[in-house]
Amino acid sequence: MNGSMTVLRILPEIIFTLTGVAIMLIDPVMPKQASRKPLGWLAAFGALAALIASLYQYSLPVGTAYFGVVQTDAFSVFFHVLISGIILVSALVVLDAVHPDTESLGELFALMSFGAVGMLLMTSGVELLLVFIGLEISSISTYILAGFRRKTAKSPESALKYFLLGSFATAFFLYGIALTYGATGTTRITDIAAGLATSHALPIAVVGLAFIVIGLAFKVSAAPFHLWTPDVYEGAPSPIVGLMSTAPKAAAFAVLLRIAYEAFPQLQNHWMPLLWILAAVSMTIGNLGALRQKNVKRMLAYSSIAHAGYLLVAFTVLSTDGVAAASFYAVAYAVMNVGIFAVISHAGGYEDRLTLIEDYKGLAYRSPLLGGVMAFFLLSLIGIPFTGGFFGKFYVFAAAIHSGMIWLAIIGLLNSGIAVFYYLRVLTATYTKPMDSSPVLNVPRVSAPLCLAMALTVAVTLVLGIIPGRVLSMARHAAETFPVFSTQQTPVPGTASAVMAAINTKAR
Amino acid sequence: MLNGSILSLITFLPLAGAIILALLPRRGRIIQWWALLVTLATFVLTLHLPAHFEYGHSGFQFVINAPWIAHPAIRYHLGIDGLSMWLVVLTGFLAPIGVLVSWKAIENRTKEFYFLFLIQQTAMLGVFVSLDLFLYYAFWELTLVPMAILIAMFGRTRGPQAAVKFFLYAFIPSALLLVAILWLYAETGTFEFTQLQSAIAAGGLGPQALFWAALVFLVAFAVKVPVFPLHGWLADGLTEAPTAMSMVIAGKLGLYSLIRFNLGLFPQQAREFAPWMIALAVIGLIYGALVALVQRDMKRLVAYSILSQLSFCTLGIFCFSITGLDGAVYQIINEGVSGGALLVLLGILYERYGTFEISEYGGLSKRLPHMATLYVITTLSLIGLPILNGFVGEFLVLSGSFVGHHGWVVAATLGVILSASYMLWFIQRVFYGPPSSLVENRPTADVNFREFVTLWPMVLLMVVMGVASPFWIRGIEDGVRPLANPPMTQPVAQIHGRSLPAQASILKGRQ
Repeated sequence: MNGSMTVLRILPEIIFTLTGVAIMLIDPVMPKQASRKPLGWLAAFGALAALIASLYQYSLPVGTAYFGVVQTDAFSVFFHVLISGIILVSALVVLDAVHPDTESLGELFALMSFGAVGMLLMTSGVELLLVFIGLEISSISTYILAGFRRKTAKSPESALKYFLLGSFATAFFLYGIALTYGATGTTRITDIAAGLATSHALPIAVVGLAFIVIGLAFKVSAAPFHLWTPDVYEGAPSPIVGLMSTAPKAAAFAVLLRIAYEAFPQLQNHWMPLLWILAAVSMTIGNLGALRQKNVKRMLAYSSIAHAGYLLVAFTVLSTDGVAAASFYAVAYAVMNVGIFAVISHAGGYEDRLTLIEDYKGLAYRSPLLGGVMAFFLLSLIGIPFTGGFFGKFYVFAAAIHSGMIWLAIIGLLNSGIAVFYYLRVLTATYTKPMDSSPVLNVPRVSAPLCLAMALTVAVTLVLGIIPGRVLSMARHAAETFPVFSTQQTPVPGTASAVMAAINTKAR
Repeated sequence: MLNGSILSLITFLPLAGAIILALLPRRGRIIQWWALLVTLATFVLTLHLPAHFEYGHSGFQFVINAPWIAHPAIRYHLGIDGLSMWLVVLTGFLAPIGVLVSWKAIENRTKEFYFLFLIQQTAMLGVFVSLDLFLYYAFWELTLVPMAILIAMFGRTRGPQAAVKFFLYAFIPSALLLVAILWLYAETGTFEFTQLQSAIAAGGLGPQALFWAALVFLVAFAVKVPVFPLHGWLADGLTEAPTAMSMVIAGKLGLYSLIRFNLGLFPQQAREFAPWMIALAVIGLIYGALVALVQRDMKRLVAYSILSQLSFCTLGIFCFSITGLDGAVYQIINEGVSGGALLVLLGILYERYGTFEISEYGGLSKRLPHMATLYVITTLSLIGLPILNGFVGEFLVLSGSFVGHHGWVVAATLGVILSASYMLWFIQRVFYGPPSSLVENRPTADVNFREFVTLWPMVLLMVVMGVASPFWIRGIEDGVRPLANPPMTQPVAQIHGRSLPAQASILKGRQ
């Protein structure tokens, strides 16, 4: 194998590692009082370089490296691009929201870069042990980031909760890997399917898969494994929540997709109903939970549970369309969530000045720009047409209905009706005139990094909503990676062909 | 050349105007003038459609059909027929009026107001011209957003609550509408209206599932009209909405969609629903009129009168005769013009006296004779006085639906009588009798130049539409002919022959 080619397969990971190491090396030699802003820009440029490297990876032929543990294919590269993009925008948001004199800010940027390495490895790893290591790297750095506001009570609490429950989840995941190894004699995702075919211990493999799904369901905060989410989101610093509600989740979804579709396609009769239930329960619990929240971040935590549910709907589709819809939804959700947290981070600041929905009253009057962007992302989260949120939902439910999951689609779309209610509460609050007696909400001046972050997320959300063609074809290309689907075409229901034949005869 | 792109131009000109408007400085009345310019330009462009429309064809014209997204197969497909053409023109006509009526009423946050106002125009125009169900649904949902935000921001007292109510009422049935659209796509592989139409007509889709799909379509549109038991949002939404928005909040979008997509896609199922819908329409007609009779707030009175008036359209649609459908579409336009004019008039009265309470007013006609004239003409148009537009619509609906539905039509004429009583009583209380203390103590100017410019075109249109109705009916009939029952079962002569008693009862009602 060509040596330089091998390196190129983990190029974004290398860039993130180097960025993190550089930040760690520069931070201690900088004068104690000096602003840590340059380190933030370094992290942002590192993420940009990784993004470019990920895009470059599209030109590589599909293949594995390092004894076949890492695989770059359209699927992993798709998620590389997404995760690098999230880190880039998150770095800009942190640069804007966190005061440059904040204690150990350098470490924060380094942890973001290191966490990204873990997430990228999760998406490109085809060896379950490597995936596990990636999961640990990404989890540990997010645990620390969640507890970064050490001097407050809530932030360390949130980190501890996240850490304890997260460790259980990774333990489940690891145990699942062990059982899978026991049943199939391999931990390589690409070989498990073959191992299963000859395995005599199928029940063990089923249990192993169940454990893996539980572990990952924790990470994507799918109900009923979601209990940590509201507390952690409430306590963690807002700029970090934007990151940790999107990038690690996207990576975990990528792993779940790869494992379900590439390793265990034979067991689809087992995991499909499981994910069906997870999807329905997550959507419902997430939305009903969000209805009762007064705290914006808790509300968005529940909303993220609901969105995990929408995404899981796509898993049940069992076709190229399903994987493509899930990948597309991951992008749409990530962009709008990072975007809305950019606004929240700026308006509320690192210190979380605005917590309740009421606190957002009159935001649009104080700062039309922030209010407008906030409204835009809320509308995208609701799923208003011409935004990424709408097209994502549309694509997921179109795929679901196409494969006959009409009830799941009805549950999902009714849920999106419930969701309108709580998103609108925030939206109307931002557009309600503040009482004269209420304390004046001082919105800090919008800085250049924030402008950049908002412009990027708004633009991508609009592109996903209006001209999604390119991203869609990338997502479909990614979905075609899985061998199960490369041979067979998307199933067309019998009725459709009959109907089209009828039309054709009529036309003649 | 222009025919190929005119619909894109009409639809997206307001959006482009909105984007430029967002960049304009908040100084003087620059924003208002810009909005007026954009809406006038859009209106002029919409006039291109009737000027170049080829009458006598039932197909779509000015079609643009380009691929948009390859997979799922979504096309950018626009086109109009006789049904949608006049609604596009109506939307274009009401837009500059909306700007003019907001000129003084909206003093703060003008940029936000006109930005959202223009986006609302694009969304509404998009609904009327889209022939791809995905595109249609996108515009349909988009119409909710600017409306809801404007109600929340510029509501009188309880704006946010009314906005949420409006949004939820419309959004939840629309979510199910999306399921139905996606199901149709899954079964046929297309979102295109005409292809879906022929696919459904060709059979092959399960009748049970089709029934549910048709029902979902029906409910989603009926909420937006609104049809009787689904009107919960109307009074609050209309009362709270700024005048320019309340003019377009009800009626045309829902009714157009009902005709185009419910009747167009599911002719069989729509006929199954018809007895229920006719009953609901007549109940709504009488119920709305009775509730309007006891309102103390002018805007609520108008809200219930609109519910009553729109029920006429539903009645006309679900009798499936050409006459009835003609009348229904005509009535949609009437509602836009006359109902819109009445709301504008209420708005300018509110600007002068700051209240919608009917009991606060009295004897205004001596102080404001011009305004009184305008009010009287508008209300006469709404209650259907011959020579004015309302008569044509009501007459066509009643005569078109008389065959086969005698009982309901007789009941509906009761609604006509009631409409005359609440409207005329309203005029009497506000404009005649002894002047109230409010009117006595606050002398104000009569209708000013801007208001004249706003209202006279509408009043003129009421008269022209009342005497020269064939000009409009011609195009409308091209559009609705394929939807009506074939004339073999209902000879036109017979309809006209048997509609005389209905006509007689209308006339009796007016005496």
